[in-house]
Amino acid sequence: MTPEKTEITEDTVDGYKAGSNLEKILSDGRFAVTGECGPPKSADGSVIDNKAKLLKGYVDAVNITDNQTAVVRVCSLASAVVAQQNGVEAVMQVTCRDRNRLAMQADILGASTLGIKNVLCLTGDHMSFGNHRDAKGVHDLDSINLIKMFKDMRDDKKFQCGEEMTVAPRLYIGCAENPFGDPYEIRALRLKKKILAGADFVQTQCIFNLPKFKKWMEEIRSLGLHKEIKIMAGITPIKSAGMANYMKKAVPGMDVPQEIVDRIAAQEKGAPQQAEGKKLAVEMIKELAEIEGVAGVHIMAVEWEPAVPEIVEAAGLLPRPTVA
Amino acid sequence: MITAERKPFDKILGLVGESKKVLVAGCDTCVAVCLTGGEKEAEILASELRIEAGMNGRETEVEHTSAIRQCEWEYLDLISDKVDQADVVVSLACGIGIQSMAEKFATKLVVPGVDTNMLGMPLEHAVWLERCGACGECVLGETAGVCPVVRCSKSLMNGPCGGSHEGKCEVKTPEGEEIDCAWHLIWERLKAQGREDLMFVDRPPKNWSKGSSGGPRKMVRVEARPV
Repeated sequence: MTPEKTEITEDTVDGYKAGSNLEKILSDGRFAVTGECGPPKSADGSVIDNKAKLLKGYVDAVNITDNQTAVVRVCSLASAVVAQQNGVEAVMQVTCRDRNRLAMQADILGASTLGIKNVLCLTGDHMSFGNHRDAKGVHDLDSINLIKMFKDMRDDKKFQCGEEMTVAPRLYIGCAENPFGDPYEIRALRLKKKILAGADFVQTQCIFNLPKFKKWMEEIRSLGLHKEIKIMAGITPIKSAGMANYMKKAVPGMDVPQEIVDRIAAQEKGAPQQAEGKKLAVEMIKELAEIEGVAGVHIMAVEWEPAVPEIVEAAGLLPRPTVA
Repeated sequence: MITAERKPFDKILGLVGESKKVLVAGCDTCVAVCLTGGEKEAEILASELRIEAGMNGRETEVEHTSAIRQCEWEYLDLISDKVDQADVVVSLACGIGIQSMAEKFATKLVVPGVDTNMLGMPLEHAVWLERCGACGECVLGETAGVCPVVRCSKSLMNGPCGGSHEGKCEVKTPEGEEIDCAWHLIWERLKAQGREDLMFVDRPPKNWSKGSSGGPRKMVRVEARPV
């Protein structure tokens, strides 16, 4: 089975599905860099302004998280618009946890009218991790249903119910995949399922266990999936040994080998550990870039956005390409 | 079966209020099997209420009874005499039984003595696990007999999320205990059955209108209706 090709219609006359910066860079085969911005837990829009300004020129697009870890923040749609007003293209994250199919379609139409072109379809962290643990989880759709729904809106101008619309949203559709999740043996095939649903690019869970990621990529290549989807490898710079330990023990789906924790812990707390964390991230990026089928990196510097420009520069990824 | 847990005693006291004649009504079906609301538990709660009233100097009469099934009119007829004499009925039946009681004796104050929580099975003695969400459109034939609607914390229909680790869900019970990842169970059983391909079938968005999202449901078995 191969994924359906997007039919070239009047809306895709330029040859792109959405025509976003990220899509153009990846389609042209250039190594892409995305960052991540967590919106604030208040109505302070300046936080998004500042994070966007910090990343401008250092990433091709920035992911805007959607109530990450089930904690209420400025919504990803508004934050994505603010990021773009500050000159950084957004990847709007959408989770299935908080909204049903009506709300998600309404939001994506709204996002599209406001100039958002990249979207990342996620299931979402469970409510029990967040700050509203009594909330009802929606989960009307799962992430694969969500990908397909957005694809059908874009390519067939159809709502999920089958009704037609006059103007389709132009979207570059992303998904996430965790090469370190269990059961391991289904993880590559699960990505295939997302490709068949309509995903154009994938950003992986942050990678610390490089040998395991390489093994996953081997499976991806043996299935030919790297030719059907743009794979962006996830990177999270480690700020401290405490953070490394926390990710190893408490964050679902993370695989942090002990030697990584030890390497950071071998440095003194504070600036030396931070420097080692950045150095490790740069080394990882360079190694990942050598893997056949890796089309870019997605740098998730959680509440440590100032580290990103330095890491991108040290990894030799500047200047970022400009596209027409 | 339907399972329920008894409400905390203080909550029940609050619901009973100043009533002088209290009837605790058990149900001898599901809630009796899960050791929450059968005749024995009704008798125990009645004793507790009597002792509490006595200790606090209130003259409260507390009786207990039990119906074979509180969810059927005929069995409620059998306890109507006792209900008639009470100011308040504390029902230990599931939510269905409580409502049947409240509807049958519409002028009577009927309050819940339990919290109905799930459709589950006794996995081992005195341990129940949720098994069915009554979604109205069963997928067990495609999922190797494991329900993703209620056994996956996110009701995913197309495989596990990224939080599945060594067969366990990223979510824990409120008591901090681990939960089996439903999709891990599905995958293992599909493999054992040689039906792995079912894991990679695209399942479209579920029709939740057949479940509770469609409004209160009604079922009519036409052929069994009186002519």
